[in-house]
Amino acid sequence: MKLDNVRNLGVKELRGLSRDWMMLFLIAYSFSLSVWTSANSSPETLSKAAISIVDEDQSHLSSRILSAFYPPYFVPPHIISAAEVDRRMDAGLDTFALNIPPDFERDVLAGKSPAVQLNIDATRMSQAFTGAGYVSQIVSSEVSEFAAGHRAQAATPVGLSLRARYNPSLDPTWFGAISSVIQSITMLSLILTGAALIREKEHGTVEHLLVMPVTATEIMLSKVWSMGLVVLLGSAFSLVIVVEALMAVPVAGSVPLFLAGAVLMLFAMTSLGIFMATVAGTMPQFALLMMMVLLPLQVLSGALTPRESMPEIIQFIMLAAPNTHFVILSQAILFRGAGIDVVWPQFAALGLIGTVLFWLALRRFRGFLK
Amino acid sequence: MTEADHRSVASVAGLTLRYGKVTALKHVTLDIPAGIMVGLIGPDGVGKSSLLSLLAGAREIQDGTVSVLGGDMRDAGHRRLVCPRIAYMPQGLGKNLYSTLSVEENLTFFGSLFGHDEAERERRITELLAATGMASFRDRPAAKLSGGMKQKLGLCCALIHDPDLLILDEPTTGVDPLSRRQFWDLIDSIRLSRPTMSVITATAYLEEAARFDWLVAMNAGEVLATGTAADLLERTGAPDLDRAFIALLPGEAGDGDRGVVIPPRDPGESEIAIEAENLTQKFGDFVAVDDVSFRIAKGEIFGFLGSNGCGKTTTMKMLTGLLEPTNGTAKLFGQEVDASDMAVRRRVGFMSQAFSLYSELTVRQNLELHARLFSLEEARIPARVEEMIERFGLEDVEHALPQALPLGIRQRLSLAVALIHGPEILILDEPTSGVDPVARNGFWRILGELSRKDGVTIFVSTHFMNEAEWCDRISLMHAGKVLVSDTAEAIKASKGLDTLEEAFIAYLKEAMNAGGSAEPDETVRPAGAGGPASALEQKQGFSLRRLLSYSRLESLQLRRDPIRLAMALVGSLILMVVIGLGINLDVEDLTFAALDRDQTTVSRGYIADIAGSRYFIERPPLQSYANIDARMQSGEINLAIEIPPGFAADVARGRKVEIGAWFDGANPNRANTVQGYIQGMHADWISGKMREALGSAALSGNFELVTRYRYNPDVKSIVAMVPAVLPILLLMIPAILTTLSVAREKEPRLDHQLLRHTGDAPRIPFWQATTLHRARHGQLPFDDGDGGFCLPGAVYRQFLRLCPFRADLCHGQHRARLPRFRLHLQPGGGSLRHSASDHDSGGAVFRCDRSGVVPARVRAGDRRDLPDHPVRHRGSRRFFEVLRPRPNDPADVGDGAVGPSHPGILRDLSEEAGGVTP
Repeated sequence: MKLDNVRNLGVKELRGLSRDWMMLFLIAYSFSLSVWTSANSSPETLSKAAISIVDEDQSHLSSRILSAFYPPYFVPPHIISAAEVDRRMDAGLDTFALNIPPDFERDVLAGKSPAVQLNIDATRMSQAFTGAGYVSQIVSSEVSEFAAGHRAQAATPVGLSLRARYNPSLDPTWFGAISSVIQSITMLSLILTGAALIREKEHGTVEHLLVMPVTATEIMLSKVWSMGLVVLLGSAFSLVIVVEALMAVPVAGSVPLFLAGAVLMLFAMTSLGIFMATVAGTMPQFALLMMMVLLPLQVLSGALTPRESMPEIIQFIMLAAPNTHFVILSQAILFRGAGIDVVWPQFAALGLIGTVLFWLALRRFRGFLK
Repeated sequence: MTEADHRSVASVAGLTLRYGKVTALKHVTLDIPAGIMVGLIGPDGVGKSSLLSLLAGAREIQDGTVSVLGGDMRDAGHRRLVCPRIAYMPQGLGKNLYSTLSVEENLTFFGSLFGHDEAERERRITELLAATGMASFRDRPAAKLSGGMKQKLGLCCALIHDPDLLILDEPTTGVDPLSRRQFWDLIDSIRLSRPTMSVITATAYLEEAARFDWLVAMNAGEVLATGTAADLLERTGAPDLDRAFIALLPGEAGDGDRGVVIPPRDPGESEIAIEAENLTQKFGDFVAVDDVSFRIAKGEIFGFLGSNGCGKTTTMKMLTGLLEPTNGTAKLFGQEVDASDMAVRRRVGFMSQAFSLYSELTVRQNLELHARLFSLEEARIPARVEEMIERFGLEDVEHALPQALPLGIRQRLSLAVALIHGPEILILDEPTSGVDPVARNGFWRILGELSRKDGVTIFVSTHFMNEAEWCDRISLMHAGKVLVSDTAEAIKASKGLDTLEEAFIAYLKEAMNAGGSAEPDETVRPAGAGGPASALEQKQGFSLRRLLSYSRLESLQLRRDPIRLAMALVGSLILMVVIGLGINLDVEDLTFAALDRDQTTVSRGYIADIAGSRYFIERPPLQSYANIDARMQSGEINLAIEIPPGFAADVARGRKVEIGAWFDGANPNRANTVQGYIQGMHADWISGKMREALGSAALSGNFELVTRYRYNPDVKSIVAMVPAVLPILLLMIPAILTTLSVAREKEPRLDHQLLRHTGDAPRIPFWQATTLHRARHGQLPFDDGDGGFCLPGAVYRQFLRLCPFRADLCHGQHRARLPRFRLHLQPGGGSLRHSASDHDSGGAVFRCDRSGVVPARVRAGDRRDLPDHPVRHRGSRRFFEVLRPRPNDPADVGDGAVGPSHPGILRDLSEEAGGVTP
């Protein structure tokens, strides 16, 4: 294998990429605008939840409860009759239906501890669970305020001093921005190499290369390094300029260490890209295949939802995927400021997976050239 | 000539066509006589195809007028009227066929577009197949037909509706001479049976143009001359059409041509450069190259003559080491070809069939790259590149991108690239197809020079007879076999024929008779497809019939495309399983460790409470703050608890004391949940302690809140997730598949779409057909999803963005499972029973979330409004819960301590943790 050939072919790839406006746009978009939007596009926690109230009491207390629900958390409540509750919830009009029974105020004042019923549509996950807490707090604070005649502050006998580390205000932008960079790395490394190979195949230049004194390994390595370099530069730019400087998200750990991890990740993913390109053959088929591969990879890697809450078997299977390890190491480095002493197992695993993928891809690539 | 001569089937005036900056047709004015066979001649890229597609109504008219069959083609009404009377066969072997469909299915599809009923269609198909001698190949997929047969099938498809005007765009390019001759005989016989039919055709073979009644010579978007072949020869005084064409070229282009004269080779050279012995290549059952042997001496020009797919390219690939022969040996310079031998590759130059240089690199960059790949010394590269640029006349285009160059120059560039390293053997695979005669002559002069002056051995393949005559020796090849190998003269002499073409045909016939080849040696029968000259009633606008034809076509194609079929059938399923199972929003199995500086029963009890919950897994205790840092950093623990010294004593005396808790906030959604859990457990611990101290009366409140979780009583994330993902999958997958089906239609053979216009099937039914078809496969019709594939990444991102859970993930508002902690503190333990006796013990159930903790009690009456739901199951217990806030009456608890359920405590806790309360 001659390094000169690898270099020359790689430079050729870069020149080719520099004329592919669509890809350049995709790279620029994934590392800038997409990072920014995915960090900031998250809606507010509980927003305009639909609530209806059945007021069978028609008392001073019940009207206080009624007026306690207002935007932005809730829409102004619909006042409905008890008979409408089921129908409205079945139709999906309300997420919450609160039923205040007759003589509620009287019973509260009499200390009879009357019950208020709260119906929740539990299929609307995010609103249902947060909203339920809000509703119960609002109702209970109204009721106790009414009963006591004033608002009271309280002290606890045993305090709990709770501190969130690494992201003290639990600001979702931090997580969103960095996760988005990680996702872009995964996606682009796969697309760029795959597309580079398919482009060559469609132009018939692969065959042309083969009659020249270059080996399959050289061709593959040239694609791996050139496309990897592009993604690496893109991610460094994104992390330092977009995330740290423009979005003011602090990066706890060492960026060079993260980029070193990214190099291993790119090695593995670009190999996978070549593997998929040899399977697919044409660009549309490659796109189809990418959907089927990239989506599970990203969804199950732990970048979106915490790994430990997935079924064990999936956790185990996903250990074979490079981006599981990459997500672990980048979260440790970027969020928690971990050093190489902490993340070396992930580096080792990525190196191993990368080597295996490269070997598999090379074997297939050789067969594909035949 | 008949009276048909007097009228014209088509005429164009002032016709100009531009593709961006390129002008394909320059102010063309032409009158094409009816009832005869008209030939358009000229090299590639001179506007022949553009003119034909304009005549066929398959392309938009930009400037000028086109009238066909007596009406203006700009007029949509006229177009609709005449298009069914025009048959158009676009350029390229089998390009108007669906390659996965069988012969019969192809014909059925085209027939059904024109509304023949089944019997009529069957009759026509049978007749056409019989006429073309293809009756025995009815069930063979179009992809597996030979070039000649594909063209015949294409012709059948074009003729199925009895057109009055047949437009053929280079129907015989790349087809062997015998099939070519048969093809034209077939056309002649069809014309005999339908004398009113006009035929307009284009060809790159000037020798076959002599058959046509009337010729149009075209160059660079302009008509050079029109007239019969005899007219043209007479006008130019040239002996054949090839030279007549060159003479017709305006100005210098033609004058500079000196023809090709290759001096005879010095026969003294006897060293063998290329040697093939019994080369055989099999792809499965298919024998691509069958026992081929030849020897090529050094400095010789050796030609391979044969049709497309006869094995020329495969043989060349074996010689270059691209393919390993199944049998036999290939030797270069006496050494067996070894794919891994880089030294041999440096001595060989290869120019493949299609232009295969990097279109994204400039001419100079291409040359430089190849020089480097052949490891020329860096210092020598500029000089060598300069030399090649000069020799091949590329000075003016040095910095241009190859795509922008005319075909002739691109071929010169390819040759320059193949020669950059000064190879001793040059292997050229159809180097001049599509190049105009002048450029071709120039190209061959260079080859002659290389061979005679530089002693380069040249191995070239071609399907042009005149090129073959310039070779020192040629091999005629057919169906993987070499028929004969000798000099052109000797071959002609052996059959006693005047031309090489005749001789080739003679050899072909001989081979077929001997070998009983699959290729039919049919006698052409007159096609009886004419039948009743049924004026086709072409319904305008939407047509259900066409919609169904397209639908049928789509389903047939989908059935034969495994990747798309898999995506359609199991794609949604896989993605749904992945998302439904993988994205589990339940937060559990969190790891924690404690730094217990108190080491009393009270502090251990506190830790044991946490460890006992199913949400937390205890890890070995912490030793120091440094220990907390290290273990949290590695992600080994998500939560660290510190209990201060003297904790138990302080609690007992009612002194203010704080427990420290640090949790990993890196992932805010999980952190929110963890925060809620800790607060819940803490409050629960306090309420338990208070109950111990003051009895359950301390916890009575002034109302209860009964919560019913409807539709998803177990509050499982999968129940909410899967229905939410379903619409997205239904939205994405049909859109992707539809896009793919359109892209397939558009990309590899653009002409197909054009054909549809010609067949006057409006676009709408096609779109509807693809959608309808998806709908039949159980997916809702949605959008045509146009243009998704140029940017797969963007599509994918959009997908992620569309997911409903994504917003949730960013925020972590919800968790799916509700913590239940009651069990540890409750005297009597056990399960939660809703009996009067439980009343006092107060089984507390937690609802905790970001807003804080809601400890509460379950009471006997709580279920009165609820449907009867079994509560034995642990999960079901979460079906309801009771909120029981305490009145803020200090007397109830004493010492100013406040019950755990008071909102105050919640606010304090969550504010401390940076949370938000409503």
